[in-house]
Amino acid sequence: MSAEHGRIGHFQLENGLDVVVIPDRRAPVVTHMVYYRNGAADDPHGKSGIAHFLEHLMFKGTKAHPKGIFSEIVADLGGQENAFTGHDYTAYYQRVAREHLETMMALESDRMTGLVLKKPEVLSERDVILEERKMHVDADPASQIYESLQAALFTHHPYGTPVIGWEHEIAELTREDALAYYRRFYTPENAILLVAGDVTEDEVRALAEKTYGQIPRRSAAPVRNRPKEPPPRAERTVLLRDERVEQPAAYRAYLTPSHGTTQNGDAHALEVLSQLLGGSNASLMQKELVVNRPVAVNVSSWYRNDAVDDGYFGIYAIPGEGVTLEALDGEIDAILRRVTDEGFADADIRRAKTRLVADLIYAQDNQAQLARIYGAALATGGTIADVQDWPEKIEAVTNDDLKRVLDRYLKRKVAVIGHLEKAA
Amino acid sequence: MSSVTVSAAPSTRIQEVVSPLGITAWLVEDYTVPLVSMDFAFIGGSARDPDDKAGLSYLTSGLFDEGAGPYDAQAFQEKLDDSAIELGFNSGRDRFEGSLRTLVANLDTAFAMLALALNEPRFDEDAIQRVKAQISAGLKRAETDPDSVVWRALNRRAYAGHPYGRPDKGTLSTLPGITRADIVAAHKARLSRSALRIAAVGAISASDLAKALDRAFGGLPAGVGTDSITDTVMQGAGERLLSTLNVPQSTVAMGRPGLPRHDPDFMAANIANHILGGGSFTSRLWQEVREKRGLAYSVWSQMSTARHAAAFYVGTATSNERVGESISIITAEIEKMAAKGPTVHELKRAQQYLIGAYALRFDTSRKIASHLVEIQIENLGIDYIANRNNLMAAVTEADAKRAARRLLGDGKLLISVAGQPLGYTAS
Repeated sequence: MSAEHGRIGHFQLENGLDVVVIPDRRAPVVTHMVYYRNGAADDPHGKSGIAHFLEHLMFKGTKAHPKGIFSEIVADLGGQENAFTGHDYTAYYQRVAREHLETMMALESDRMTGLVLKKPEVLSERDVILEERKMHVDADPASQIYESLQAALFTHHPYGTPVIGWEHEIAELTREDALAYYRRFYTPENAILLVAGDVTEDEVRALAEKTYGQIPRRSAAPVRNRPKEPPPRAERTVLLRDERVEQPAAYRAYLTPSHGTTQNGDAHALEVLSQLLGGSNASLMQKELVVNRPVAVNVSSWYRNDAVDDGYFGIYAIPGEGVTLEALDGEIDAILRRVTDEGFADADIRRAKTRLVADLIYAQDNQAQLARIYGAALATGGTIADVQDWPEKIEAVTNDDLKRVLDRYLKRKVAVIGHLEKAA
Repeated sequence: MSSVTVSAAPSTRIQEVVSPLGITAWLVEDYTVPLVSMDFAFIGGSARDPDDKAGLSYLTSGLFDEGAGPYDAQAFQEKLDDSAIELGFNSGRDRFEGSLRTLVANLDTAFAMLALALNEPRFDEDAIQRVKAQISAGLKRAETDPDSVVWRALNRRAYAGHPYGRPDKGTLSTLPGITRADIVAAHKARLSRSALRIAAVGAISASDLAKALDRAFGGLPAGVGTDSITDTVMQGAGERLLSTLNVPQSTVAMGRPGLPRHDPDFMAANIANHILGGGSFTSRLWQEVREKRGLAYSVWSQMSTARHAAAFYVGTATSNERVGESISIITAEIEKMAAKGPTVHELKRAQQYLIGAYALRFDTSRKIASHLVEIQIENLGIDYIANRNNLMAAVTEADAKRAARRLLGDGKLLISVAGQPLGYTAS
């Protein structure tokens, strides 16, 4: 790798804005992103969906650049833009030729404080979001059970509420709600600027001071005060029976720590565990349940690790012909019991680590992906060093670590089990 | 001539590499990151499947990484993961494609695995059953998925009697009848060197690539002839189809015949489409349907240049009670664009966007490789990247108006809706 490529710059402006620079000189383009350290989990109680709603409304214009002008400028410059909202952050980005970076910074920094919202536009955008929810959730029973699974797993913490919000609460969101939320969170000290691509740290510093640097510090960054999820005491089952379900599926989720809540290596161990159990076509559950015996058609696992608060470990499986969801659950349990007692083969652990660590090298090929990796890490309380030391921490995970996290977190007696079935 | 300034075309330098056995690939050499991405495609896809074996192509593409040479499926997958090699295959209507991505340190293993997959796939009976079960799980889900339902209905009518009218992945009734013998025959007949197009990007020299090409592709048959699929034209413009689904929102698909890739007006039509519904936040459809009225989350139009039928498509999803309104707004915009074309101002802005945004296709190895294969398949020539922005800039107002008229004609569309729409009935 060339010396400069991927050498991360990181500094802070006087107003508290974090700045990250990720050089990639291969093509004369840049990815410009701003992450705000607030997401759906910071929605005020009863106002679910406001973070995501505001994300949409951020495209409505400012005093200096009224409705639509931002997007028109981006398009005229041959740029692409979008935004996304998660539970822990909201992010905006543009991808443009390098010479237009300053224009993007000027527009995005203007949008940090200058948003203008008119009532008819707000109401029309609310309709758009209700259509978005219908499209992604109402039309798809698999999305509905996923939503129910999360709600059952997080009984108290707002991760149990969907990012887009509950329909009845979205329908009541107002212009005033959006503005109150905007004023609370859209401040330099709550934001992270990431520029990846054909730039140097010095160039970005100069441009950032000229644009974002002009925004006065508001106050201390908002503190995330979210209710903590209590330790689970019971197994819960979520059953979704719908006439539209032609293909049944089994889900499960376990409450776990995340990188935001643990420093003792458990999160890294859970990442390796997810890769080992169901992270690839060569994974253990795939081998035992799909290849060796046709108990399942597909099985996969995932671990939500980039989070401010506790995350979760999920498993998803499609049963083979004639296999009931209960029988499939039993098979998954048997595998989990076995690896909890015996651990994994060394070759399997080696392979899982190789695969995971390679992803960070592959990411060097994609400036937008690198910006997202660092953005998500910083927005959830991590550091640049956490990302850079990650391969080392993954390599350090042992069989005992895997057994420990299995024993500690993947307990059926506190799992949420989800069954998606056709209504009789 | 319009007065658009052309920014420098992407400076990507493409070499044409010809291996000792005569296999050609386009290469962009770059050592910044220690990896290599390679994309390849064989012309000929699911459209070549016999009617009663629809899905053969897709099933076959799913079996190349399910065991080859000495390795059964599990061993093959473990071998890939041991070196973090990403190897994938897919099949669409017109092509069978693959992609390989590896760290430079594992280059030899990666090409050895690719060679095994392409030349010695095992097609073990248990792997066939397994992949069939996976495909049928997907087909079952698709039966009530609004997007799948609405486009299948549209294609069935638009291309009745032509392979394009069938679902790419086959159906629950054709899938069980596909045998190992069918798969073996498809492998032999379709993976030929004459049908092959390749692009590699990354830390590999031309001479190393040449050797690797022979290793991976040199054992394939030379290939003769082309496919026997006839060109066709979308049917049913002016008709309305309805698939009833118990959902609060209706998904809408629309189509009409389009302009082929080598039509002299293609570039101009591309610009007209961008203005109508191709450019997301700034397009007319986006403004009218989403921004002004909040009717939908997504609305788009696109030109499709399938090998045997060019088409123009529009898609959206809107509340059941607002389907009539959405469709009339969309059709009115299409008629308006057909009749009057874009304004000079819109044309200039679209050109600025399309010219400027071209560079964004060149910032990852994968994107470059995939674009280079696309250019080869469409026969646009190795100098296309250097010329493309000039072609875009050369489109005049008269060109754009003519192309819009040719693309959208009388504005008649075949419309397919899935849901429980109000104010919409099937014809």
